[in-house]
Amino acid sequence: MQYDSKAPIYLQVVNAIKADIVNGTLKCGDKLPSGRDLAMQYTINPNTSARVYQELEAQGACFTKRGMGTYVTEDTEMIKKFKEEMAEEALSVFLRSMKELGITTDESIEMVRSHPKI
Amino acid sequence: MLESIEVTKKFVGKTAVDSATFTLEPGHIYALLGPNGSGKTTWMKMVTGLIKPTSGYIMYDSKPIGIQSRKEIAYMATEPYFYDWMTIKDVGKYYEDFFEDFSLSRFNELISRMELSEKLKTKNLSSGMSAKLKVAVTMARNAKIYLLDEPLNGIDLIARDDVMKTMLESASPENILVISSHLVEELESVVDRAIFIKDSHFAGLFDLEELRQSEGMSIADKYREIFGHGGQINA
Repeated sequence: MQYDSKAPIYLQVVNAIKADIVNGTLKCGDKLPSGRDLAMQYTINPNTSARVYQELEAQGACFTKRGMGTYVTEDTEMIKKFKEEMAEEALSVFLRSMKELGITTDESIEMVRSHPKI
Repeated sequence: MLESIEVTKKFVGKTAVDSATFTLEPGHIYALLGPNGSGKTTWMKMVTGLIKPTSGYIMYDSKPIGIQSRKEIAYMATEPYFYDWMTIKDVGKYYEDFFEDFSLSRFNELISRMELSEKLKTKNLSSGMSAKLKVAVTMARNAKIYLLDEPLNGIDLIARDDVMKTMLESASPENILVISSHLVEELESVVDRAIFIKDSHFAGLFDLEELRQSEGMSIADKYREIFGHGGQINA
């Protein structure tokens, strides 16, 4: 994974894992790698991977079974909420970039509709 | 805890390390950063006990560095240090004889993952293979402190990934890893703290995530701030 080195890395990994939960790569109740394996998988410092799990747990994206490891949340409503939040974020980034180019929201919508990839 | 207290090393006509005071804690991977000739290698050699400070002290867990601490410190020098006639297998045996904490099975695991054949002679290795071998043999020790001097020098992207993975695997809450490099960007995600050495002086110790979170700065940005033209020492 390529990181933006000016932004906290733990948050970038948190978002990558949440995206995997939202798009179904990781399923409800799936076991997540240990902190050490996560560090290897994402080439991050072990302290950063510990922080990734703290943050995911605080947000309700995963939970820890004592002595067993960390698992993806089984709360489907929560996953739906993440999906909405992340879509909202992606959309506002898109609209902001279009605005910077002087393209209005209506024009943006028209451009999206007539885009060959849609 | 590893403490560098007012550590100074003078060579004839040159002060290589000048009154360096800072503390390293277990459970962290440190980058030791500074341009060539800033004193990084000299500091590492003093911690290893290969050379003695002119003045000042280096303490590990409140005890001065000495014969005992050498057993617990694994040092990897920049320059190649294997005999030409040695095969990779010989290098493993050599280390096994030297260090109580060396694990031959761990070494074999590392060299096979790095795709190094144990029959190869060290004199025939490419610079990338040689760099991987040095890291493998150093990290196959079960040390309390690992000091790696420029482990990423002159190696390709794939070899770099292997080296990073090996370092991450060996990191634990009980040990300290110190990696010197001038390839600052390569270390961004792997190290969590950075020590800057400028013109033989200590020039700051930073927590990388803290720097990103509170100042929106990468470690490369900090490097430019400290060493760039007009950069001041904030010691």
